[in-house]
Formats: sequence, structure tokens, C-alpha cells
Amino acid sequence: MPIGVALICVLGLLATAGLAIGLSRKAIATRVIYGASAIICGVALANAAVGLDEAISATLTLPFGLPWLGAHFRLDALSCFFLVVVNLGGSAASVFGLGYGRHEPTPGRVLPFFPAFLAAMNLVVIADDAFSFLVSWEFMSLMSWALVVSHDRSSENLRAGFIYIIMAAFGTLALLLTFGILAGPDGNYAFDAMRAHTLAPGGIALVLLLVLLGVGSKAGLVPLHVWLPLAHPAAPSHVSALMSGVMTKVAVYAFIRVVFDLVGPLDWRLSMIVIAAGAVTALLGVLYALMEHDLKRLLAYHTVENIGIIFVGLGLALAFRANGLIAAAALSASAALFHVFNHSVFKSLLFFGSGAIQTATGERNMDHMGGLIRGMPKTAMTFLIGAAAISALPPLNGFASEWMLFQAIFLSPKFPQLGLRFLAPASGAMLALAAALAAACFVKAFGISFLGRARSAAADAAQETDSWSLTAMFALATLCVIGGVVPGFFTNALAPASHLLTNGAMPILNLTAPWTPLLPAAANPNSYSGFMVAVMLLAAAAATLLFVRVFANRAIRRSPAWDCGFPDPSPVTQYTAGSFAQPIRRVFGTIAFHAREIVTMPRPGDLAPAQFQVSLHDPVWNAIYAPLTRGLGFVTDRMNRLQFLTIRRYLTMVFVTLVFLLLVLAIWA
Amino acid sequence: MGLIEAFALQAAQALLVIAIAPLVTGVVRKTKARLLMRRGASVFQPYRDLLRLSRKEAVLAVNASWLFRAAPYVIFAFTWLAATLVPTFAFDLPLGPSADLIAIVALLASARFVLALAGLDIGTGFGGIGASREVLIASLAEPALLMVIFALALVAGSTQLSAIADFVQSPAVGLRTSLGLTLVGLIMIAIAENGRYPIDNPDTHLELTMIHEAMVLEYSGRHLALIEAASSLKLVFYISLIAAIFQPWGNQFEDGGLRYFVALGAYLAKTLGSAVLLGAFEVTVAKMRVFRVPQFIGVALMFGLLAGLLRLVLRGM
Repeated sequence: MPIGVALICVLGLLATAGLAIGLSRKAIATRVIYGASAIICGVALANAAVGLDEAISATLTLPFGLPWLGAHFRLDALSCFFLVVVNLGGSAASVFGLGYGRHEPTPGRVLPFFPAFLAAMNLVVIADDAFSFLVSWEFMSLMSWALVVSHDRSSENLRAGFIYIIMAAFGTLALLLTFGILAGPDGNYAFDAMRAHTLAPGGIALVLLLVLLGVGSKAGLVPLHVWLPLAHPAAPSHVSALMSGVMTKVAVYAFIRVVFDLVGPLDWRLSMIVIAAGAVTALLGVLYALMEHDLKRLLAYHTVENIGIIFVGLGLALAFRANGLIAAAALSASAALFHVFNHSVFKSLLFFGSGAIQTATGERNMDHMGGLIRGMPKTAMTFLIGAAAISALPPLNGFASEWMLFQAIFLSPKFPQLGLRFLAPASGAMLALAAALAAACFVKAFGISFLGRARSAAADAAQETDSWSLTAMFALATLCVIGGVVPGFFTNALAPASHLLTNGAMPILNLTAPWTPLLPAAANPNSYSGFMVAVMLLAAAAATLLFVRVFANRAIRRSPAWDCGFPDPSPVTQYTAGSFAQPIRRVFGTIAFHAREIVTMPRPGDLAPAQFQVSLHDPVWNAIYAPLTRGLGFVTDRMNRLQFLTIRRYLTMVFVTLVFLLLVLAIWA
Repeated sequence: MGLIEAFALQAAQALLVIAIAPLVTGVVRKTKARLLMRRGASVFQPYRDLLRLSRKEAVLAVNASWLFRAAPYVIFAFTWLAATLVPTFAFDLPLGPSADLIAIVALLASARFVLALAGLDIGTGFGGIGASREVLIASLAEPALLMVIFALALVAGSTQLSAIADFVQSPAVGLRTSLGLTLVGLIMIAIAENGRYPIDNPDTHLELTMIHEAMVLEYSGRHLALIEAASSLKLVFYISLIAAIFQPWGNQFEDGGLRYFVALGAYLAKTLGSAVLLGAFEVTVAKMRVFRVPQFIGVALMFGLLAGLLRLVLRGM
């Protein structure tokens, strides 16, 4: 029984967490805990993959939780798909942790929470009533928070943890209200009852807004993303990979479950909010990333971007579904789900790469790296594949899912509403800009950290990382290639989940002929075959290589770099992360971030160095969070007086409140 | 059309684009020289340059990594594949369904990704400046190109090149404003992407404004030959693309052996004619500052958007 297996895996992970508390002082703990997590996640992954393939729908009710409700669990195609994402990321992170975790200074602060965090994410995805869902959700938030503050010596990490816990509490509050509305006046919190219960249009709109707030604060929708680039990098790298690659996907799952499944049919106007939020998130996320020179924060901002891409796909699916365009809705939903999978793969891979760099050099700042490709060629190879995949370059998986999304946007002239007909291409232009900027950003990320000359002694002495870490990275890099070369395998596998969301699926491809091109929809004549492109690329490269081998001079001479005859021996004359992004900062940053460059030149004859300063302003923080914290500070300062009253006054206040509440009750009745 | 004939045509197309790429570059240079009252090198000079480069030994910087050595092959393969997938003299090709216009354009984006990385590999200031500016221009040109493709897809109902060409040839198409706007937009993007005037100067080294040449400064010998050939191929790619979409004439004759010769002649005439026009255009404009480039490409983006909006609002345009 698949759902039983899923629950046993959760129990196994919780038991591992318990074991970790007992073992934490032993040297063997790292190996035991990560090994056990990897095996259990592997079992859960296989179980979920079989369940997705068979498109099962199984439920189970256990006698705990709320006494009149019980704990409901359910496994359907959608939860199976997300279980695959969670446990694939989980097992990869565990394998990576087998090597990476050995360098952990305080393993006792990481080991118990890691399997518990995995168990919580598994539970969220299979929960089938609001109570178990929210408890698992909160458990997931707390476990990840514990991992974020596991290195609590730096005040930066503590601030990240503080902001994260506030945003997580806010998100849970929004979800609590969402489920309150969905449960209706009878207060039936089982998801089945919510499905059966239809809401008034106003209620549906309120649910959508609340769930966007609740889920957006976990997934990182702008403007609720502020905690994400602080908290994700603060955790150890394999946990960053889980938070960025997997936990944000659990939030996407919550959105899909509520909006596509529980709330019922949505008006097309509401889908415009989702599309617009996604497009703005994608563009701002990548612009933030471009301004960043901390490698892990750059990756975290790219998570924001990719969440935006996924939400554009989901919004389009809602819009097409509202208009009864089933094939187009299935295409958008499949594109979004495929991108969920792809992003979890390449984002985990990239965070593993940054972890390997951190182990080798102790650095997160790209301006202190450089030339790592020489010391760490294998890490460089996998990081390059991940970087190309996230930049949506063919023939890798990121391109396949973004191509599907663009094909969905090309179907937008079918919308009967003018608003959607304009919004869809506009969001397409923003996604194209985001994709091109992402490529620019990953040229920067890979080029500044892995290429060029070493900018610090640590980077110069960097050694290749251990074989466990490399195994995890190569496995994920292989998945990036497979996803790009045979995307049909994944779109076929997604068909049951897509059916659940939109009552339709993309055309099923014949996988015995892997060269069959991907067809977005029966009505859309466009096609793309990653397999053929990959084969032709290999053929073209082989022909070129052969031609050069036979006809060209094969001699090679090594000499110092030419650099137009004036090579400078100091590596500080190279481009840095900041200078690489300077043209883009000038073109886009002046609008988005009020970027200003101040150059102070010494007077002629003065030997003082010239000064160069860049100032950036975070528009979201300045417009929303700074006034909010100021206002909160102001109010709490005023309220502070309430702490120092006499007992007489307190009693008066209690009495006044009581009278007021009684009055309210009397008027209400 | 039999399978063997179809694949023979595809192979002929792949070889044709390589064969004429240096010639197109030569014709552009010759036109510019003649208009500047110089005699100029022969139109076949680029072939001689490639031959000479491939005979020389390659000099690599001491710290060049594997990426630097692999990059020329990768760049050439991506660019070659993109140029092969654009119909030149035969349209319904067997590899056509493998990639629509978005995928073809993305192949060039992959080539550029690798080229920009190769520019950063040695760790010189020039490589950095070239890579940094290249990605700036790409980040603007790619959305503009996608808007143009979107407008084309709105008009023609497909992003498959052969389908677009079929549509443009059909008698239903008159003079359309939206098609005109996309043509202008596409030409502007082609100029920017190929680093031609007024965006970049393809002829000089050591100019502070240079982009493409700065990235490839450390290359020599066969590696440089491959990169030069790839950049010629990219020019051929854009010329063929514009020809395939906006002037797909010369290939609609009925079957018969003569048909391909007519189509080939028409293709060569279109390509070399475009090269002459490009040369003539380049001598009439001055290079612009790098930070004016966003405005130039912004205009192309606007053309694409306008074409799309016109089409959305007024079905007949």
C-alpha cells in the first residue's frame, strides 16, 4: 500500500532524527544519519514514482490529531509528483552530506534537524486535512529555522533566522485564515469536505489572495521574498539546497492544492494576479541576483526568479482552464510542474557546488575566488552544467520547460478576454528578459568564481572535493542532461498530475523513438526535439574536431597571457562580480534599485587614490518593510507605558474590556 | 521526397552555409572598402585568413583551462547547427521539426554563453570587458528577438520556420504593417547580435568600445580560425533567417532537377545582395557609445511589441 510506505518513510526519518540526538557526540553519527536519510528518501522516491506512474488515489485516516477529525492522509498523482521532488532532493542532499557533513564544526546542531526537516516536507505533501497540513507546515518551518540558525555565532545568521521566523509565522497565519474560509461555517477541516463545499465569488478571491500571501512568503514571491536570500545561504549548503530547491516547491504544492483542487473553478480575472505576480517576481529576482557577489545569496535570488517562472505557468494554466482551453491549460500546467522538477534538480546541484567551494576555500564571496576550475575540475564541470541548465540553454532541462512555457504563451491569442491577450505576451517578454539576464548572471557566477586567476591564496590552493559530494553532483548533472535530451519521458510521467489539475494532458510521446519531437498541444504545430538537437550537436562537434585534427596544425605552445602586450601580474586587475555586472547595473539598476556610482578623483598632482562607490537601494525593503518596522517600533514604544501601571488601573482596564466584549455580543445577537 | 533525398538536401545545406560564410564576410568588407574609395582585399581573403590561421600553431596562455580549449569547438558546433536548421534553398527539411525558431535562437544563446566564459578564462581585463558587454547586449536583444518571434507567430500561426515561410508565400498575405515592423526589428537585432556598426566595430582590435574582439583576444591558430568561422556563420544565419522569413522566393517551383538550382541561385543572390547592403549601411553610420545600445535595441523591442499589439487589436494588419 503506497500511502503506508510513505508514512513508514516519514516515521523512519523521524526515528533517524531521534537517533541523531542520541548519537550526536559520536564520530560515526554523520555517516549513520546521512546514510539512513539517503536510503529512506530513496525508498520514498521509488514509492512515489510508482504511485505517479499508476496514478493512484489512496487515503488513510489515523486516530490522532483533532479528536473529531483524525489525521487524514492522501496520495494522489499531484502529491506523488511532489513526493518525487522532495525525496529526490532529500536523497541527493543526504549523499552530499555524507562528504560535506564531515567538515561541519557542530554536527550536533545539524544532524537531528536534517531528517526531521525531510519528514516534515513529506508530511505536508501527503496531508489531507487542514489540521495535519498546518501542523506539518509549521513543523517544516521550525526545523528549517533550526538549521538556519545552526551556526549562530554570526549576527548575520541570527538576523536571518529572526526575519525568517517572522515571515514564516505570517505565512502560516495567512494559510490558517485560508483554511478557515475554505472550511465554511460548519468548520469541516478535511480536504474532501472543502472540495465539496463551494464558495461565493468574493470568498474565492479572498482565498486566492490569502493563499498567495501564505505560500508566497514561503516560496519567495516578491515582495514577500526578503527572508529568502538571508536565510537560505545561512544554513549549511546541503540544507540550503533543500530549502531553495525543495521547500519552495512544497510551497508551490500548497498553492496548487488549494487553488487548483480545493477552492473550485476560478474566475479568469484572478488568474491575472497570479501571472502578474509571477512575472514581476521573475524579473526582480534575477535583477537582485545580478547585483550580488555572495555566491549563495546569488543562488537564493535565482530561486526567487524561478518561483516567478513557475507561478507564471500556474497562472496561465488557471487562465486557460477558466476559459475551457483544456489543451493549453494542460501545456501550461505541465510546463510549470516540469520546471518545478528541473529547478529542484539544478538548484540543488548549484548549492552543492557552492558548498564544495566553501569546503575548499572557506569563501562565499566570489571576489575572493577565481581560477577554481584548475583545482576543482570536476566540481567546475557539474557547476557549469547546472549553470547552463538554469540559464535555459539547449539541450538541457531548463530550456525544455521554459520552451513549453513560451509555447503556452504563444497560445494566448486564443483568450477571449483582451486583458489576458495583452498580459500573457507582456509576461512572456518579462520572462525572456529574465532568462537572458539569468544567462548573464551565470556567466558572472561561473566566470568570476571558477575562471580567471585566483584572487586569494585560499582559491589558489583549492583542492577537489570528496567523492560523496561529487557523486551527488554528478547524479544531478546527469538528470539535467536527461531532462533536456528526453523531456518526453518527464511530460509523459506528468500526465496524471496534469489531468488532476486541468482535466487534460500533453500529447503522450512514444519513448521507444526518443527522437520524437515534443509537441506542446495537438493544435500547436511547433515542435522541439532535445534528443535530435543533442545528437546533431554531437555530430557537428565531432565533424569539426575531426576536420581540425586532419587538416589543421595540431601544435600547441604555452606562453604568458598576451593581453594586448601589457599583461598585469596582479590578479586584482581582473573583472570582479561587481565590475562584470556594471553595464547591467547601469541599464536596469538605475531604475530598479536607484543605483548610483560616485567616482571621486583626486585633484591633478595629488597622489591620493581615486575613490569609487556604488549605492544600491532595495525598493521592496524601503517601500514596505522599513516603514512597517518603523511603525511597529513607534507603536510598541507607546504601548510600553502599559507595563508600568498600578494594579488599580489594570483592574479598570480588565473591567472596561469585559463590558466592551459583552456589549459586542449583545449587539451581535 | 524520399528519405535519402531529404537527408542529402539537409547535408548539402549544412555544407553550403559553411562554404559561403567566409565569402559573405569578404563581400561585406569589399563593399565597405570600395565605398571608402579603397581597393580592398579580394572577397576570397577570409578563406585565406582561415587557412593561414589553421596552419599556425596555437599559442595558449599558461593558465588556460580545458574550457578555453573546448570552447571554440562548442561555439562552432552550436552556431553551425543553428545555421543548418534555417532553410536556405530547400524548405521542408527532415530536421526542421527538431527545433522551432525559439530553439534555434536559443542555440545561439548557448554559443554566446560559452564564448563569454572563454573570454573570462584567462583573467585579463580585455576578456572581462568583452564578456561583460556581450551579456549586456544579449540580455537586451534576446527579449526583443522573442517579441519579434511572437509577432511573427501571431501573424503566421506558428514558430516553425517552414510554416512561417509557407504562410508568407501564400497569396493571402498582402503588405502587412505588422510584418514590416517585425522586419525592421529583426534587422536591428541582427545588427546588434553580429556586432556590426553602429553597435560594435568588427574590424579593429584595441578599441575601448570593442566587444566581440575583446573576448577572443587570447585565441590564436586553429582556435581563432574556428571562432572567426563561427562569427561568419552567425552573420549567414541571420541573413538566411531574414531571407527565409521575408523573401522566401525562388523555391516554389514544381518538382524537377532544375528546381534546386533555381532555388540555390536565388539564395546566393539574396545572401550576397544582403551582404552588399550591410556593407553599404555600415559606411553610412557612426559607432555609438556602449550605453546608447540599450536605446537602439529598445527600439527593436518596441517594433516587436507594436507588431504584436497591432495584430492583437486589428486582425487585418
